[in-house]
Amino acid sequence: MNIALVEYGAGNLPSVERALSRLGVESHRASIPGALGNCAAIILPGVGHFGALMRSLGERSLVNPLRDAVSRGVPLLGICLGLQAMFATSDEAPGDAGLSLFPQNVSALPPTDRLPHMGWNQLRRVRHSTLLEGVPQESYFYFAHSYAALDAGEAGVAFCDHSATFVAVLEQGNVFATQFHPEKSGPVGAKVLSNFVRYASGLRMDVDGLGNKR
Amino acid sequence: MSLAHRIIPCLDTDGERVVKGVNFVNLRDAGDPADLAARYNIEGADELVVLDIAASRDHRPTFLETIRRVAAELAIPLTAGGGVATVDEGRAILRAGADKLTVNTAAIRNPELLTQLAAEFGSQAVVLAIDAKRVGDRWEAFVRGGSVATGIDAVAWARRGVDFGAGEILITSMDKDGTRSGFDCPLTAAISQAVTVPVIASGGADVPDTFLEVFREGRADAALAASIFHDRIQGLGELKKFLGEQGVSVRPTG
Repeated sequence: MNIALVEYGAGNLPSVERALSRLGVESHRASIPGALGNCAAIILPGVGHFGALMRSLGERSLVNPLRDAVSRGVPLLGICLGLQAMFATSDEAPGDAGLSLFPQNVSALPPTDRLPHMGWNQLRRVRHSTLLEGVPQESYFYFAHSYAALDAGEAGVAFCDHSATFVAVLEQGNVFATQFHPEKSGPVGAKVLSNFVRYASGLRMDVDGLGNKR
Repeated sequence: MSLAHRIIPCLDTDGERVVKGVNFVNLRDAGDPADLAARYNIEGADELVVLDIAASRDHRPTFLETIRRVAAELAIPLTAGGGVATVDEGRAILRAGADKLTVNTAAIRNPELLTQLAAEFGSQAVVLAIDAKRVGDRWEAFVRGGSVATGIDAVAWARRGVDFGAGEILITSMDKDGTRSGFDCPLTAAISQAVTVPVIASGGADVPDTFLEVFREGRADAALAASIFHDRIQGLGELKKFLGEQGVSVRPTG
């Protein structure tokens, strides 16, 4: 099982690497197109700015290889800004095009609650979710963002409410994404990552409280 | 369904070891940061803060190594800081494994630093730490570990800091710090009403009731404490259980 972590200069790759290694999963950093060619799955982590992420992917010629990999059926998991990058556009960077795996726009959350939406929140599931299999309904996940996708059509499988109702988990075919940070969400976050890995590999894994493979 | 109030243990370090003491006087060793981090990760902390209270340039590589060792133990967010004065220093702290960084003295001298850090890493990664002390009928911001008065109104500074790019405020009451007499609820509420970003209250934590007060009266989004957790005076699990029973939204442990 070889997972490519897309490296684009920002993002918090080390914490995702550590979370995967606790699950006993190998990963490698992918910062050139060739590194996406022969992997079992891809994770696009993200913190920072939509425009900076897309420009950085562009400078590294990673935009089309990412889209091609998705077309080939390679499982892709976007995290936080990695979810937002899957959309066509974002209020955060009106001039920059996203990966456009989904046609909608990413919106600035309205300033009716405290922003950034920072901390642990719960999800409301509206469809079956592969990533949330075995995760208790009332679980809390760690969020840190001010922008969010309010609509992803049928791909929106779980939502969260803060300032607005927004997509917290997105799944469509081989494309998965979470607005929260599974790598920062304790044992339930580890379960989400292991569900993605299991989807990608067919391997069933159980994790303990720290996210270590049993 | 609502955002949980966060409980945040804080590790004050001399760069390498967790220490306890007031203003660098009578510092006592309180353990290894990675050991404490591992314990709090398991016990249900919502986040961890690790600070370099010595913040000496010479010790910076040691502190970065401490951040690496702490981050390796965590499956929760990590905030780190102490003496951050430039974007490069901020980057080094985030690269070492922190998700957010705190800025204090340097931001008062140069508020543009908040803007630069937010542009580089996003507002969600920039925590403005303010040490405040009651002076007459207002609170004044102090810098350099609380040793130097600035004459700046702490509430006005919080508001301004958010305008410059801070995504969160960590407000420490110098009057309450180390007293175990409860958080400074009037100060925390004044800050909380003045800003639109989340507010972390610090200083004065004691029995579970003090947390209840700072969430209700102080309108804090998160509460930070050190010695009551390090010395096992207060367990994280029982604290959260108490708050949950009182109707405060918390992330249950275990």
